[in-house]
Amino acid sequence: MSQVFIALQANEETRPIIEAIEADNPAARISREPAMVRIEAPGRLVIRRETIEENLGRDFDLQEIHINLITLSGHVDEDDETLTLHWDR
Amino acid sequence: MQIDLRTVTIEPQRQAFDHLVRRFGDKPASRYQEGTYDIQAAENLHYRPTWAPDQELYDPAITRIAMRDWYDLKDPRQFFYNTYTLTRARQQESAEANFKFIESRGLAGLIPPAIRDRALAVLVPLRHVAWGANQNHTFVCGYGYGAAFTQPNIYQALDSLGIAQYLSRIGLMLGGTEALATAKQAWLQDEAWQGLRRYVEDCLVTRDPFELFIAQNIALDGLLYPLVYGAMVDGVWATEGGSTIALATQFMADWFDETRKWADAVVKVAAAESAANREVLAGWIDHWSGRAFEALLPIARLGLGEQGEAVMDERRADLAARLAKAGLKR
Repeated sequence: MSQVFIALQANEETRPIIEAIEADNPAARISREPAMVRIEAPGRLVIRRETIEENLGRDFDLQEIHINLITLSGHVDEDDETLTLHWDR
Repeated sequence: MQIDLRTVTIEPQRQAFDHLVRRFGDKPASRYQEGTYDIQAAENLHYRPTWAPDQELYDPAITRIAMRDWYDLKDPRQFFYNTYTLTRARQQESAEANFKFIESRGLAGLIPPAIRDRALAVLVPLRHVAWGANQNHTFVCGYGYGAAFTQPNIYQALDSLGIAQYLSRIGLMLGGTEALATAKQAWLQDEAWQGLRRYVEDCLVTRDPFELFIAQNIALDGLLYPLVYGAMVDGVWATEGGSTIALATQFMADWFDETRKWADAVVKVAAAESAANREVLAGWIDHWSGRAFEALLPIARLGLGEQGEAVMDERRADLAARLAKAGLKR
């Protein structure tokens, strides 16, 4: 299956986001490269606001993710609660 | 000529300190984890304190709550020095701006006298309660165990001092220096305040740090903040022309919303640890929230008149619902 991926800057702000992705996507593979963290998953990757908030201890607007987003691949489905990357429906 | 730009990844020999790797696995640790976990001095303390020879210097057995690992009581906000001071500095700036706005536009003079008098009668004596909260949190930090639990308490102590200062400032703004002297007399002598004063003073001599944490953060603050800053300031006074006061107390309302989540998380984890903990916690909560309810009734009447009692009943139901969520259903 094709891989979707998202790459985020490696810093304190993205740590709770990465932990949330790790918790919500058991199939995801996380590789820490210089100054960035790349997360790959087969076919589908879900980022949930609720899980990030649990890790962060405050309210989180999913749009905040774009401040530290480097790149991504896959079709993007985005609403207030989740950001989903996928290749097929 | 062609320049090929590429990066070489060098695997660090260690991702984090050994004690953090043991807890969280071999991955980079957050600054909160580095600044919190296993910081508490636990070994090499050869002397018992001369002022209390029956206990260790840092003794988890001072409280009746027992935890296998005190670091389970982590702060969901993940405050350590840096994140805490940055957050509060931002809030301080916006509070300053609010006060400046009120002063530059002469808004204090536009508050109807009846509301101003009620605000002076309720808010200014509360600075003595906030000072008591400062003492109590400092005690919990000093005698509690495990940096995950004690660290947020010293921040809470600093916040309480800040709140006392904001309340003083509101007093000065609405009634000059005289307001502070009058409020102190009310705190010392007025019948309405004696229940609350007694509550605060009994807290000051409570020796169990976890019990004190419950008495202050859950029982007292859990009723007082929604009553004063929710029902009075934002609810009734604002609709009667006193919205200026809401502008001046915005920090307190925001602060309670934020710190409540931390207090709930601590209670939830401690209650889930064992049936014995749950029993002890439930007993303390019954005892202290009952007393806090009684102590706050006259204050509710002072600020809300006739509706005071009904509003207090709502606050008590809210607190019970909050505690049920944390796993303490009564």
